[in-house]
Amino acid sequence: MRKGLKGIYIGLVLLFLYLPIGTLMVLSFNEGRSMAAWTGFSLHWYEEMFKSRMIVDALYNTFMIAITAAVVATIIGLLACIGIQAMSNRSKNIMLGLNNIPLLNADIVIGISLMLTFLMFGISLKYETVLFSHITFCIPYVILSILPKYRQLSSSTYEAALDLGASKPYAFFKVMLPDLMPGVVSGFLLAFTMSVDDFVVTHFTRGAGINTISTLIYSQVKVGVRPTLYALSTVIFVLVLIILVTANIISNRKNR
Amino acid sequence: MAKELIRLENISKAFGDNLVLDNFNLTVNENEFITLLGPSGCGKTTTLRIVGGFETPDSGKVIFEGRDITQVPPNKRHINTVFQKYALFPHMSIEENIAFGLKVSKKSDAYIKDKVKYALKLVNLEGYEKRKIDSLSGGQQQRIAMARAIVNEPKVLLLDEPLGALDLKLRQEMQYELIRLKNELGITFIYVTHDQEEALTMSDKVVVMNDGRIQQMGSPEEIYNEPENAFVADFIGDSNIVDGIMVQDRVVKICGTIFDCVDEGFGKNKPVDVVIRPEDIILSKPGKGIMDGEVIHNVFIGVHYEMEVLAGGFEWLVQSTKSFPVGSKVSMRVDPDNIQIMHKPKSHDEEAIALDV
Ligand SMILES: Nc1ncnc2c1ncn2[C@@H]1O[C@H](COP(=O)(O)OP(=O)(O)OP(=O)(O)O)[C@@H](O)[C@H]1O
Ligand SMILES: [Mg+2]
Repeated sequence: MRKGLKGIYIGLVLLFLYLPIGTLMVLSFNEGRSMAAWTGFSLHWYEEMFKSRMIVDALYNTFMIAITAAVVATIIGLLACIGIQAMSNRSKNIMLGLNNIPLLNADIVIGISLMLTFLMFGISLKYETVLFSHITFCIPYVILSILPKYRQLSSSTYEAALDLGASKPYAFFKVMLPDLMPGVVSGFLLAFTMSVDDFVVTHFTRGAGINTISTLIYSQVKVGVRPTLYALSTVIFVLVLIILVTANIISNRKNR
Repeated sequence: MAKELIRLENISKAFGDNLVLDNFNLTVNENEFITLLGPSGCGKTTTLRIVGGFETPDSGKVIFEGRDITQVPPNKRHINTVFQKYALFPHMSIEENIAFGLKVSKKSDAYIKDKVKYALKLVNLEGYEKRKIDSLSGGQQQRIAMARAIVNEPKVLLLDEPLGALDLKLRQEMQYELIRLKNELGITFIYVTHDQEEALTMSDKVVVMNDGRIQQMGSPEEIYNEPENAFVADFIGDSNIVDGIMVQDRVVKICGTIFDCVDEGFGKNKPVDVVIRPEDIILSKPGKGIMDGEVIHNVFIGVHYEMEVLAGGFEWLVQSTKSFPVGSKVSMRVDPDNIQIMHKPKSHDEEAIALDV
């Protein structure tokens, strides 16, 4: 009886979480354009989606920006952690405070202020400004996920490596980095998803004709929702899923 | 004459307002087993870290084989360390851990393989190459840390309380292993501990430290039998430290009773500290000794009885294989040889100056 109740409860939670995505995926294979009635299986909407230059470009932009921004932000964030860790306790706390403010800031504030800054310095809005903005707002997330790992690490293994004759960079890459890896991977994934997810900052910092998926959908929804958007959403969902699963498998394997 | 290997010259080191080492001087000879002994926080680890290159002294010099290495980074020193908490690399196998230093110095694979095997044999862990670090017991990890340091054939091995985390039995076993290793390899050991028994059993030379200063330096026998001041006497083994008056050469008055001793040159009627080890007090029937008293406490602690005797207003700690029941009247006597007279400590600063000269 109790076991049954537990099962039902978990089932309900999972249903709430995944039913909407399931519905979307099913409808993306629907023949007709109805939001309610199933009229038969077809890949018709996928075909239309991949034929649309706009959608393919937006997909490409979204993932290119996300991957580049996540990689760059992870590197900068890791370097920042090394620096912060070497600081005195007082400066460390100040740096952490400064790091947390952008995290709590509303996206709209970040977006508008970035846009204003670009324009003030005479930088016209284009692909690069979006990329730059994404790197900027991703760095604090990376720092936040690496720094706690860094603190757990005792300095003694690093010193042991130096003691055995290793140079500082060698000791860092061979001894420290493997221990930091879980934090680095989760920082990267966090940055990646934040970037894919973002609409507001992209909206304010993109130049004319440059779309990511979110800005594209936003502009298309104004005209009316077409089932190509279901197909597009399904593709995004699957892509993100693949990336998350691969990253997890890789980091698990490293840990073992 | 032993050859000098390391010399610490007038080393001072402070962390903020905390002066940890105060004008510290120490010479370590080749092939010596030297132990830094002192209470927690007295600067033992800091001294070791300065020798290893992980800490730079505020002033003073570190001389290694006649060369000033004060500013040389740790990876350029022919010195290896066994850290207080082992500091093994958790994501590497035992083999990779031990080979780390050899890989860094670009030795050939065949050489590395041989060396790793040899090192594992030395620490009695043959065949453990592929095991993971976290599958080892504390004692085994300790040995791997040793192996990882000695494969590099350092001139000096620094050991920071390497046995601190082990239980008593294992600790005693490892003490013998360490002495055996030291004799087999012929390297200089600088060893840190706050366990006085460990220091006395293992070392050629013991350096007793307190508050960043050397209190006394000498062979274990010297330190135990002839403590130079009350701190050393109190820190090393159990002892009775009492006030006394040096009446004249070779005569001291303790608790109102005259004792013969062998010390001279303290002057006449000078207040002094007197140290008497508990095993040196001989108890007998009342009237047979020099000072009478009463047994107020008696416990059997394995090898001998440990008693407290109230005599002359002082509670004397006495160790003897012969038991006197609580409440019985006894008389105590001490061989003149076993009475150790020390100058009274002067004020803190004076004491420091006195120790420096
Ligand atoms: N990096 C540091 N920053 C500030 N203070 C320090 C630092 N390292 C050591 N100290 C201080 O220096 C003093 C001596 O420390 P040290 O580690 O040398 O003691 P120790 O003799 O090794 O003690 P233990 O037996 O507890 O290991 C202590 O008061 C400690 O708090
Ligand atoms: Mg210490």
